[in-house]
Amino acid sequence: MSDSKKPPLLEVRNLRIEFPTRHGTLVAVDDISFQIAEGEVLGVVGESGAGKSLTGTAIIGLLEPPGRIAAGEVYLEGRRIDNLNDDALRKIRGREIGMVFQDPLTSLNPLYTVGEQLTETIQTHTTLGDKAARERALGLLGEVGIPSPERRIDQYPHQFSGGMRQRVVIALALCVNPRLVIADEPTTALDVSIQAQIIKLLKRLCQDHGAAVMLITHDMGVIAETADRVAVMYAGRIAEVGPVRDVIMQAKHPYTHGLMGSIPMVGQHLDRLTQIEGSMPRLTEIPSGCAFHPRCPKAFERCPKERPNLVPADNSDVACWLYDQASAKAVGHG
Amino acid sequence: MASFVVRRLLQSIAVMLAVGLLAFMMFRFVGDPVNQMVGIETTPEQREALRVKLGLRDPIYEQFGRFIWKAVQFDFGISYQFKQPVSQMLASRLPATLELSIVSAIMAVLIGIPMGVYTGLRRHSWLSKIFLTVSLIGVSLPSFLIGILLIFVFAVQLGWLPSFGRGRVVDLGFWTTGLLTLSGLKALIMPAFTLALFQLTLIMRLVRAEMLEVLRTDYIKFARARGLSKRAVNFGHALKNTLVPVITITGLQFGTVIAFAIITETVFQWPGMGLLFLQSVQNVDIPIMAAYLLLIAFLFVLINMIVDILYYVVDPRLRTERGLAV
Amino acid sequence: MAQQDLPAGGQGGVVRGRGALLADRLRRALGSDVVFSFKQSKVTMVAALITLIMVAGAILAPWIAPHNPFDLSTISLLDARVPPVWAEDGDPRFLLGTDDQGRDMLSTIMYGARLSLLVGFASVLFAATLGITLGLVSGYLGGALDSVIMRIADVQLTFPAILIALLIDGVAHALLGVSSKEDSAFYVLVFSIGLSFWVQYARTVRGSTMVEKNKEYVQAARIIGVPPVLIMIKHVLPNVTGPVLVIATINLAVAIILEATLSFLGVGIPITQPSLGTLIRVGQDFLFSGEWWITIFPGIALAALALAVNLLGDWLRDVLNPKLR
Repeated sequence: MSDSKKPPLLEVRNLRIEFPTRHGTLVAVDDISFQIAEGEVLGVVGESGAGKSLTGTAIIGLLEPPGRIAAGEVYLEGRRIDNLNDDALRKIRGREIGMVFQDPLTSLNPLYTVGEQLTETIQTHTTLGDKAARERALGLLGEVGIPSPERRIDQYPHQFSGGMRQRVVIALALCVNPRLVIADEPTTALDVSIQAQIIKLLKRLCQDHGAAVMLITHDMGVIAETADRVAVMYAGRIAEVGPVRDVIMQAKHPYTHGLMGSIPMVGQHLDRLTQIEGSMPRLTEIPSGCAFHPRCPKAFERCPKERPNLVPADNSDVACWLYDQASAKAVGHG
Repeated sequence: MASFVVRRLLQSIAVMLAVGLLAFMMFRFVGDPVNQMVGIETTPEQREALRVKLGLRDPIYEQFGRFIWKAVQFDFGISYQFKQPVSQMLASRLPATLELSIVSAIMAVLIGIPMGVYTGLRRHSWLSKIFLTVSLIGVSLPSFLIGILLIFVFAVQLGWLPSFGRGRVVDLGFWTTGLLTLSGLKALIMPAFTLALFQLTLIMRLVRAEMLEVLRTDYIKFARARGLSKRAVNFGHALKNTLVPVITITGLQFGTVIAFAIITETVFQWPGMGLLFLQSVQNVDIPIMAAYLLLIAFLFVLINMIVDILYYVVDPRLRTERGLAV
Repeated sequence: MAQQDLPAGGQGGVVRGRGALLADRLRRALGSDVVFSFKQSKVTMVAALITLIMVAGAILAPWIAPHNPFDLSTISLLDARVPPVWAEDGDPRFLLGTDDQGRDMLSTIMYGARLSLLVGFASVLFAATLGITLGLVSGYLGGALDSVIMRIADVQLTFPAILIALLIDGVAHALLGVSSKEDSAFYVLVFSIGLSFWVQYARTVRGSTMVEKNKEYVQAARIIGVPPVLIMIKHVLPNVTGPVLVIATINLAVAIILEATLSFLGVGIPITQPSLGTLIRVGQDFLFSGEWWITIFPGIALAALALAVNLLGDWLRDVLNPKLR
């Protein structure tokens, strides 16, 4: 938990993302709060549909209508950014917050060379001239590990392999030195053999450029290797957030516990992987109280009645009645 | 690339030959060329002699060969009805049709693309709804009806524009143009617009649909995430990607435009190839029918090939080899 | 809503691949989006209702038309060119006026619309039958026959329907002799319009046939000795009814407009039993002399008919398209 005097780099408070539909309003992200400190890597992990990507998109202000931020605030270095108009938001995007998307194949415009896309971004946010921008682009390509950048800078995206393309995407996201990079499943679309490379590259570069990372993924292994802290999301809510070691080794929330148990790890001797019964509920059928209670092996009377808030438990914060002092005593914990 | 061009060339020649065969069959087997050419008093023996002289008793493949040979040299014989060389007649009417078609295509592009971009970017504005309704009408109604309505309003009721003909035309030797006289321009407006309307609606809806799809792509999202200006995103990135398929499809449509000119020329009595073709159908004037068919086929094939090559040039994905450097 | 845009499945032809695929994709995209927004508007629903009433009127013409415009005994040249009833010289017998032969416009329009619908349905039926048959044959037998049929299809697709229809119409009339023009006009028209549309059906059915052909029950039946034709008909046809219906609804709208265009051009239904297109053609000559009703009323009727069939077709396609539900 960040306890510095100056405000954290990113603070999200009570964020609520809704989708008005013909059948009523769906709540995709329900009152989540978290922080990211400067230079820190926060992993955001959860199953598909848990709301992770939406959170990232909302932070950078690219939520597609009819989705909208219904409540809550987003602060960047203490300034509120979720209520800015389009123009002001645009200045922040790329310059202060960068984003990396999942599929490198579709992230790049096929009709422009890699160099053109880089220089365009650079010149949008700086006053560099053509030559200087190109120099910068070349430097970036080198940084992300593209061999012979002078030749490749004038090539088109389809002339790069998947892994190379994602490197270009990372270069684009970092080209004007944002303070925060939101990486939405950056390696999911890549070959398994390249995933590790790209993640390492991302982490190293962000460190070099002094950027914090919000790493959104469903792959716990990636989190384990790369993140400093991790937030576990379930059904649009945060179940648990804390330092990576703690969350992984001593998962508090039953859901996190289930997640860890379902991942095979080298060195473990198991007869079978644990499975969590059931599946994550659909947005239209979120259970009352704690969203996980129907599947939770430790659920008790309070769970279906009230939704738990994040409360501290050792080094992490957990949203589970098991860790709430009052009810914990009632159940015999604490 | 070279192999691609060669393949397309061969394909095109095959199509031309097929059409040529069709035209030839029409020539030989529909109606009797000899009977069309001679008067009533000619005796059967004289007709037969004429047939032999014209080579109509030679083996079929010889006749076909001769037909193709002549066609390649633009010799299509003599019109039954007008008793003039068909190629001359077509050539004299060609400028009228081409001017009409090209002007209408330009109109369609200049109006259709902006309309399409607008309705793509501002999906829910009332102006977009109006554009879309107009486009639905433009597509549902037959173009001759639109022509007549235009005539009714602008020629009959308001008297602003002429309802038929080309106006005064300037003879440039190989070309006659109506673009240099006021009456010529006035006469061109309604027919060009009628011909442009269906193209316009197609272009508009194409641009709109493409634009909407492009705006949903990841690279547009990424462009926005990088903080590029609205202008750069909408016009630099989205529009450019939209226009690539639009241009090729529009090019492909040009052949259709020339064919549809038949209708427009009829409504406005525009002295072009289309009107000539129609008259030839009504009068069973086979030489003109066959020649027009071959000409149109040639135009189609030519346009298709040009557009295909254009696509190659414009889309870098097709240009470079598929080899990837890792 | 596919009157003149990319007829008969797109300008595939020699440029298969890019052109045709794009065209199909776009047409699908266009269809759903526009119709959805249309349904939102009450105005258009009302308009659709009105046009449907007109279609009903056309179908029921022989029973509800005030006059029979084809019965020569009831027509007199003295009644020619009477303006509509609300104009100065109007005659309450002829609500919308009369044409240059003395025929009542309202009745003639109703009969004409009926004729247009008849030609439309007949030609779609013809095209579908021909297309499905050729598709079955081509898909099942494969080989050289398949190649030939598909090549012809490709070449035909390169040309717009109107050109093909015109050509066939002209050649057919030439072969039949000019004198029989009036009797044969209907059949020649159905034949030529139908012949310009068979390709789409053939392609769809061929595709399905090729898929079914390789299935096990077909192989089994072959071994037993069941005539494969029967298998094809029993199993392939049910699978294609959906797409075929969709193609047919697009075709119907195009066919009606094609008939009107051909009649307008003078190579369709002749003046003795005119369709809407023929009426419009005749009327055009009278525009300047002030007898506008001879062209304008049939024009409005045709527009209404075209819009009605288009809207109906869109609605039907919506209903049949599982993706939009």
